[in-house]
Amino acid sequence: MKLRFRLNDEDKELDVEPFRRLLDVLREDLHLTGSKEGCGEGECGACTVLIDGAPVNSCLVPVAQLDGHDIRTIEGLARQGTDGEVLLDEVQQALVSFGGTQCGICTPGIALCASAALTREPNADRARLRELLAGNLCRCTGYQLIIDALVDAASTRRGNSKR
Amino acid sequence: MAGGIERKVINTTHGPDAPHGDFTRVGQRARKIDGIGKATGEAVYTDDIVLPGMLHAKTLRSPHAHAKILSIDTSRALALAGVHAVVVGSEMPVKYGVIPWTPDENALATDKVRFIGDEVAAVAAIDEDTANAALALIDVEYELLEPFFDPHKSLVQSEPQIHETDARGQPYKKGNISKNVLLEFGEVDAAIDGAAHVVEDDYVFHGTAHAPIEPHCAVARFGSDGVLTLWSSTQIPHYVHRALARVLEMPAHRIRVIQPHLGGAFGGKSDPFSLEFCVCKLAMKSKRPVKMLYTREETFYTHRGRHPMEMHFRTACDAEGRVTGVDSKILIDGGSYSSFGLVTTYYSGQLLTGPCHFPTYRFDSTRVFTNKPPCGPKRGHGSVQPRFALEIQLDRLATKVGLDPIEFRRRNLQAENSQTVNGQTITSNGYLECLDVVEEASGWKDKRGKLPFGRGVGMAGSMYISGTNYAVYPNDMPQAGILVKLDRSGLAQVYTGTSDIGQGSSSVMATLVAEELGLRLDQVRVIAADTDLTPVDLGAYSSRITLMAGNASVDAGRKLRKQVQAAVGEHFDIPPQQVMLAEGFAFDREDGERRITSQQAFELTETKFETLAATGSYNTPDRGGDYRGGTIGASPAYSFTAHAAEVSVDTETGEIKIEKFWVAHDCGRAISPVQVEGQIEGSTYMGAAEVVLESHDVYSDESHVEAGLHRRPSLLEYTIPTSLDTPEIDARIVESIDPEGPYGAKEAGEGPLHGSIPAVANAIYDACGIWLTELPFSPGKVLAALRAKQGETSAPSPNGKASADTSVEAIRARLAAAKKGKS
Repeated sequence: MKLRFRLNDEDKELDVEPFRRLLDVLREDLHLTGSKEGCGEGECGACTVLIDGAPVNSCLVPVAQLDGHDIRTIEGLARQGTDGEVLLDEVQQALVSFGGTQCGICTPGIALCASAALTREPNADRARLRELLAGNLCRCTGYQLIIDALVDAASTRRGNSKR
Repeated sequence: MAGGIERKVINTTHGPDAPHGDFTRVGQRARKIDGIGKATGEAVYTDDIVLPGMLHAKTLRSPHAHAKILSIDTSRALALAGVHAVVVGSEMPVKYGVIPWTPDENALATDKVRFIGDEVAAVAAIDEDTANAALALIDVEYELLEPFFDPHKSLVQSEPQIHETDARGQPYKKGNISKNVLLEFGEVDAAIDGAAHVVEDDYVFHGTAHAPIEPHCAVARFGSDGVLTLWSSTQIPHYVHRALARVLEMPAHRIRVIQPHLGGAFGGKSDPFSLEFCVCKLAMKSKRPVKMLYTREETFYTHRGRHPMEMHFRTACDAEGRVTGVDSKILIDGGSYSSFGLVTTYYSGQLLTGPCHFPTYRFDSTRVFTNKPPCGPKRGHGSVQPRFALEIQLDRLATKVGLDPIEFRRRNLQAENSQTVNGQTITSNGYLECLDVVEEASGWKDKRGKLPFGRGVGMAGSMYISGTNYAVYPNDMPQAGILVKLDRSGLAQVYTGTSDIGQGSSSVMATLVAEELGLRLDQVRVIAADTDLTPVDLGAYSSRITLMAGNASVDAGRKLRKQVQAAVGEHFDIPPQQVMLAEGFAFDREDGERRITSQQAFELTETKFETLAATGSYNTPDRGGDYRGGTIGASPAYSFTAHAAEVSVDTETGEIKIEKFWVAHDCGRAISPVQVEGQIEGSTYMGAAEVVLESHDVYSDESHVEAGLHRRPSLLEYTIPTSLDTPEIDARIVESIDPEGPYGAKEAGEGPLHGSIPAVANAIYDACGIWLTELPFSPGKVLAALRAKQGETSAPSPNGKASADTSVEAIRARLAAAKKGKS
C-alpha cells in the first residue's frame, strides 16, 4: 500500500504492508530508532509519537492509518537554529537540566508526550502534569525529577524560566 | 590465589580533599554527560543495533513447570523457508551460574525444564515472524514431573529433585534445598528471654520484579577471523564474557562483550542469560549476525526478581529501650535456579546489623528451589525483605517502651568507626543526621500520634553496602581498573569497564577525572563497558561503582595530574605543587594571570614525558568477620538512610494512599547531587510500589489448570506505578565524608529503597493502630486487620481464610461504591 504523510516536517511516500506496526516501520524502514519498544502492547509509552500533535503508542498503530497525517517522532522534536545548531524543545532541555533522564529509554516518549501536552495545556500545573504523563512509564526516576523538569518547561514556554 | 604471586597492595584511598582546596566539579548540580543523547533519541541501545545481513531469533519456552525432556525434533523448523539456524541445549551442555559455586543453569534446557518459560530451543530466521513460526514446528516430547510451588513443600520433600546434580556433576545431596545459613553471635536466647520487652511475629515479603522499560536484548556477530562480538543489555559485561567462554568452550580472548546504552536494570540484568548464549551460537551456526529481543512477557519469565521470604522475627529490648537481641528464621523461595541465591541467603541476615546496634543476633535462613521463574538480586539484594520485618519490630518495641520511634533508633545507634555484632566494620555513619533531617522535614513532632484517625506518619532506617569486599569469583586482581588517556586536543578519554545502567556511573567517572585534571565535563569523554577497549570492572551490582571505580578514576587522574603539574611547573619555572588545574586551564597558584589552556598543558606534558596515559586500580581493604561467610556482606563503607512516610488509610475501603515520603540518605560525599537525588527518589518509588501495587507470582495451586503459569506477565497487570500512583518524594542528602570512598563518597543506588517499605507499615500503625505484616498491603488485608482490631470476627469463607481477604470482587465493589459516594 502506498502512503503519503508528513514526517518531522518533510513529505514522505512509502510503499508498505498496511498492517505493519508504525513502530516497526519507523525503526526498521526509516531508521528512526529514537522510538523504543518497551512492551509492544501499548502499556509503557516508550514508543510514543505524535500524530497530528496527539501522542499515540506507535506499537498499536497499523501504518495504514498514517495516510494523509502529520507524524512527529523524537528525531523531529528539536529544531535547527539559523546557524544549524540544535535547539532542543523546552521539555527536552528541562529533562536534561533537571536530571529527568536516567536510563533514558522512556525519555523520547516522555519528551514527545509532555511537549504535546504543554502545547494543548500551557497552564498545566504540577498535579495536572502528573495526570498528563500517566501513559508513559518510567522505572528509574520515581517521576519526581521529570515532573520538576516539566513544571520548569511549562514555565519556560510561558516566558519565565527559573533555570 | 594465583600460585605464589603476592597481591600488589593498591593504595585504595586518596583522602577526602579536593586536589586544589575547593572542588570545581564534585558536588556541582551538573548535567549527566549522556542526557542530551537520551533526550533526543540519539543514544543507541542494543535493540537499535542493525548489522548487515542480521537475522532475528526467538526462544521456544517450556509450557510445563517441571518435566523431563524426552526428545526434541527440530527438523520441521529447519525446513521452514527463511530459517537459518536452530540451536538446542545439547549443543551447549556446559552449565554456568553467576556464582561459581552453583553453576546449575544451561543456556537451553538439556534434560529437563524447571519452570513455565524455561528456555528449550532457539531459532534464527530472516525476521521475527518466521522465527516464531519455526518455534511452532519444533516437536518436544516431555514427561511431566510433580511440580513444587510451595516453598514449604520443597523444604520437606526431596523427590523429585529439581536439580539432580551439584557443581561437580555429582548427585545433589540437599534435596530441594538451595542453601542454608545459620549464624549466631552471642547468647541470643538468653538476651531475648530475659529482656523487659519482646516482640515476636511472622512477616511475608512477596516476589517482585525489576521491570526495566528495556526488555533484555542481545546481538551477536561471529567474524571470519574467529572473533565473536556480543552486544548485550547486561549490567555485568565481564561476567558475561567469562560465561560465554565457558559455555561456548571458546578462548576468552576471542570474545568481545559490549554493553550499549542500557534501558534500566535494577539487578535484573546481572546474570548471564539464555539469549546471550543463543545469539552467539546462532551467529556461529548461521554465519550471520543475530539479534534477539525478549518480549515483555518473556522478561517476566526470565525474572531474577526479589525473593519471596517468609520470616519469623523475635526482637527484644530492655526497659530503657536498648535492643538486647534479634533472632530470625527465614524461608526463601528461590524459584528454579541458583542465580545469586547463595549470596541472597547470607544477605538476608548479614546486612541487617546496622544502623540499629544489637549485641546478640542469630539468623537461620534457608533458600529452596521451586518450579517458578528464578529469583535473583533486585535493588537492595536479599536485605530489603528482613529489613521490612526488623524495622516494624523496632517500632513495636518503641511503642512498648513508650518511646518515640525516632528516639528509639537514636538510642540504639551502631556508631561510626565501630564493629557490628557480625564483625562488619562501619567507617562513617551519618544516620543520626538522617534522623534529624527527616524528623524536621516531615514535621514529625507535630504529626506523630496527632493526626486524625486514618492518617499517620511512620519512619524506618537502613544501611547498605558500597560494593562487596570480595569478587563473585575468587581472585586477587583489582576489583576496578580504569585507563585515562590525555589527548593533544585537550580531551581526557576515560576507558572504564563500568556499566552505566542509567544510574549515571559514566557521569561520575567523568566528574572525578575532570576534578583531578581541572577540566570541564565537555573535555572528558567516557568509553565504557567494552571488554576489548576497557579495563576490567566487575560490573554494576552491589552498589560498588562509585566507591570502587571512583577510587580507580581518582588514582589514574592523580597520576596524570602530577605529570601535568611537573611539566607546567617547569614551563612557568615554579614548583609543581604551585600549578593549579581548573576549568580547562593550568594556573600559577600565586599569579592567576599566568595561565595556559589544558590543551597547551597536555602538549607540554607529552613533550616532557611521553604519550600520556595512566591506569588506575582499586582493590578492597581486608574486611569481614573471622568465620565461614563472614566476608559476605563485608563492604569498604556503608550508606545509611532514614525514611519518613505519611499515609492515609481509607478505613471503609481498605485503600492505602502514600501521601509523601521524606528521605535522608548518607551517601558520603555527593559527587553528583542531582544523581544522588535521582537515586533516592527512584529507590523510594520502587519500594513504595512493592508495598501497595506490585506482585510477581504464579498460580500456585497444583490442581489449578494453569498451575505454575505467571499470573500477570505485563506491565499494567503486574501494576508498575504511573506518575499518578507515585507520591511526592522529598530527597535530602546527608554527607558523612567516608575515609574509604573517592573524596569520601559512598553508595546511593540501593540503600534508599529499604526503609520505604517498613516506613509505610509503621505509618499505617500510626494512622489506625494496625500492624500489617504481609506484603503487598492490599485493601483486603487492611480491612481484615481493622476488623480483627475491632474484635469483629468476619465470617470464614469455605477455604478458611477471612472473606475480606480473598474476595477480590467484593473489594472491587466496595471500592467502586466508595468512589461513587465521594463524587
